Amino acid sequence: MKFSHAIIEKNVLLLAVLSLITVSIGGLVQIVPLFTIETTIERVEGMRPYTPLELAGRNIYIREGCYNCHSQQIRTFKDEVERYGHYSLAAESMYDHPFQWGSKRTGPDLARVGGKYSNDWHVAHLNHPQALVPESIMPAYAFLNRPLSFDDMADHLKALRIAGVPYTDEMVAEAVRDVRLQAGALPDEDTEALLARYPKAHVGDFDGKPAEVTEMDALVAYLQMLGTLVDFTRISPDDLKQ
Amino acid sequence: MAVASAIGAQGMVAARPVTTETYYEDVVRAFIVAAMFWGIAAFAVGVLIAFQLAFPALNMGLEWTTFGRLRPLHTSAAIFAFGGSALIGSSLYVVQRTCRAPLFGGRYLGWFVFLGYQLFIVMAATGYLLGITQGKEYAEPEWYVDLWLTIVWVAYLIAFAGTLFKRREPHIYVANWFYLAFIITIAMLHIVNNVTIPVSFTGTKSYIAWAGVQDAMIQWWYGHNAVGFFLTAGFLGMMYYFIPKAAERPVYSYRLSIVHFWALIFLYIWAGPHHLHYTALPDWTQTLGMVMSVVLWMPSWGGMINGIMTLSGAWDKLRTDPGLRFSVTAVGFYGMSTFEGPVMSVKAVNGLSHYTDWTIGHVHSGALGWVAFICFGMMYYIVPVLWRKKGLYSKALVEWHFWTATLGIVLYITAMWVSGIMQGLMWRAYDEYGFLQYSFVETVAAMHPYYVIRGTGGLLFLTGALFMAYNLFRTIRSAESIEPQAAVASVAAE
Amino acid sequence: MEQLLPLLKQLWLVWFMLLFVGICVWAFRPGARSRFEQQSRIPLDDAPGPLPRQPRR
Repeated sequence: MKFSHAIIEKNVLLLAVLSLITVSIGGLVQIVPLFTIETTIERVEGMRPYTPLELAGRNIYIREGCYNCHSQQIRTFKDEVERYGHYSLAAESMYDHPFQWGSKRTGPDLARVGGKYSNDWHVAHLNHPQALVPESIMPAYAFLNRPLSFDDMADHLKALRIAGVPYTDEMVAEAVRDVRLQAGALPDEDTEALLARYPKAHVGDFDGKPAEVTEMDALVAYLQMLGTLVDFTRISPDDLKQ
Repeated sequence: MAVASAIGAQGMVAARPVTTETYYEDVVRAFIVAAMFWGIAAFAVGVLIAFQLAFPALNMGLEWTTFGRLRPLHTSAAIFAFGGSALIGSSLYVVQRTCRAPLFGGRYLGWFVFLGYQLFIVMAATGYLLGITQGKEYAEPEWYVDLWLTIVWVAYLIAFAGTLFKRREPHIYVANWFYLAFIITIAMLHIVNNVTIPVSFTGTKSYIAWAGVQDAMIQWWYGHNAVGFFLTAGFLGMMYYFIPKAAERPVYSYRLSIVHFWALIFLYIWAGPHHLHYTALPDWTQTLGMVMSVVLWMPSWGGMINGIMTLSGAWDKLRTDPGLRFSVTAVGFYGMSTFEGPVMSVKAVNGLSHYTDWTIGHVHSGALGWVAFICFGMMYYIVPVLWRKKGLYSKALVEWHFWTATLGIVLYITAMWVSGIMQGLMWRAYDEYGFLQYSFVETVAAMHPYYVIRGTGGLLFLTGALFMAYNLFRTIRSAESIEPQAAVASVAAE
Repeated sequence: MEQLLPLLKQLWLVWFMLLFVGICVWAFRPGARSRFEQQSRIPLDDAPGPLPRQPRR
């Protein structure tokens, strides 16, 4: 075999290109159809983008790494449906950037925790979990009782709009005010427009400190809406076919 | 540098001394030291968070020390800091030796890759503690860290592939195939999984471009192939060089290694959906992921057989070379976890195991048993070679390391098997009246003893690594260097 | 073509099987034995001495 640099240089490239093709096939077959097959996301009513306060709460959920111990995905098993509620739909996380389905249940699933406990319970539990659930191994999150930073909420909504979340110009313009409004920091003002923009939003003071919008307010607002948007009494099995 | 000039004086008398070349190993040495450091850091944080789950007071009530922020620190330190440093360092060593060529780009590119990669680790780690995260498992670093890593990774690819281009050996040895596939595939996964829209270019927060079910699929396509290509293909490259080298015999079947390579890289990429069984991911994707995961068992075991059988006829070396014992045990653990993996990817089994500690145990039989052990074997071999020593400071200490670490792994994975299967069964248990038998928190309380055992296992593993660090430190500091004359030979040749 | 495409898609398992068998045949063909054995010795063959100045062979 006569030595030639050219052939060998080609071989490195050939090896690299063949490897790249080989490793691309699986991903292409599994990922691309999820974007093109329309039934991947069920057509159900009730889904809406997060309110600015819920979004801020969700960002705290992500920041604190809650997904390391809590899933947000109820599987199609009898015991899970009895314990947590209707199994999760793809549509229910259609505005989640990123998804927070999780991979481990050191603590319980939170996909439908919304409305199961009172605001007071959540605040007391986050402050000191063992006070309410002695066997709990959850860390205390009392440090969340500090002011929420939300001056740049409009930028967050704009970034999500680029990613495909249908935030309107009105929602972006009102973002900062909507945070205050939903957290009960503007008690004298009308919340009708807020509820029109974001149906089913929980309005009110969450942490017992009405004058101030805290990180606790935002996180509890997020937890209280989880899994509450889709009305399952109005859904037939046909709607859920993927 | 003295070594290099020694070569100039002695090794290349006939040739022009100005252009005398040698392997570039400073950066390899730096990566090995970094791997040892990050390994101990990763194991220490792992022990802490293991005990946090047994004793929640260890969260200390501070935002920087909660489990939620420390767990990504542990996984990233183990995978990317410890595993990554060992992989990049060893790959730069192997590619030079098997190509008989110096590192492409020389010291500048080499040091850029080293310093750039360490900067990436530090930026990611400090971010986790401050709560800067994308919230995607094993891809937590935010957009600015991702961009920096992309630059460093391209530089690494140039150094590695450039050395392959400039090789003086006609054939590309199979270890380099695995390393190359690792570099290319990780680049692809990293880029696709981290497409984000920053909220502002002066802030840290960004939103991922993908949403919901598509994001889930892309994330686990990434996540499972971080296992497949970072933690498997790269370390198989390590196996295909260092086991034959330490055993002083060629790999059992070179032809099997070729089939192993193509089958493994083709099949691995399909396995991601087994992380999403019974979720809102469409059924056809789940089933496809399951089938491919089960088929993946075959190339995995092909590789295992190839690694272990390399020792056929030289089994006595396991007694005399404790470093090699780490490498071979690693391949054994590889075989075990690549059998357990396909079993757990079967939907019926996954229904029980998913969301429980069984998964954690499975990951650690791979991470501690395979990844860490193959690194330890590599490091026990490479340190005396790189620092020109006759041998290790103490073989007895290697024995101590081996047995404490092995006992640690056994405690860890058995505790997680019991707790995982137990919790999975408790979640689905019904009482005689047809109600769920256990509240969630009862299943948490039942885990306590196993979490203590797991933490103890981790502590043993950490202790073993400290033995190793001391042993390697004394080896490097020992005066027993190889004679300058012999050093020339070893530089140029080994 | 319209009718052929679904058929070709359904046969993907066959295509990949053929490819796999092809790789096996290529790797295990008798003629390549000595070449592969030689290549498997690459890590062991870095004999003492300076780096080769010229590519081998």
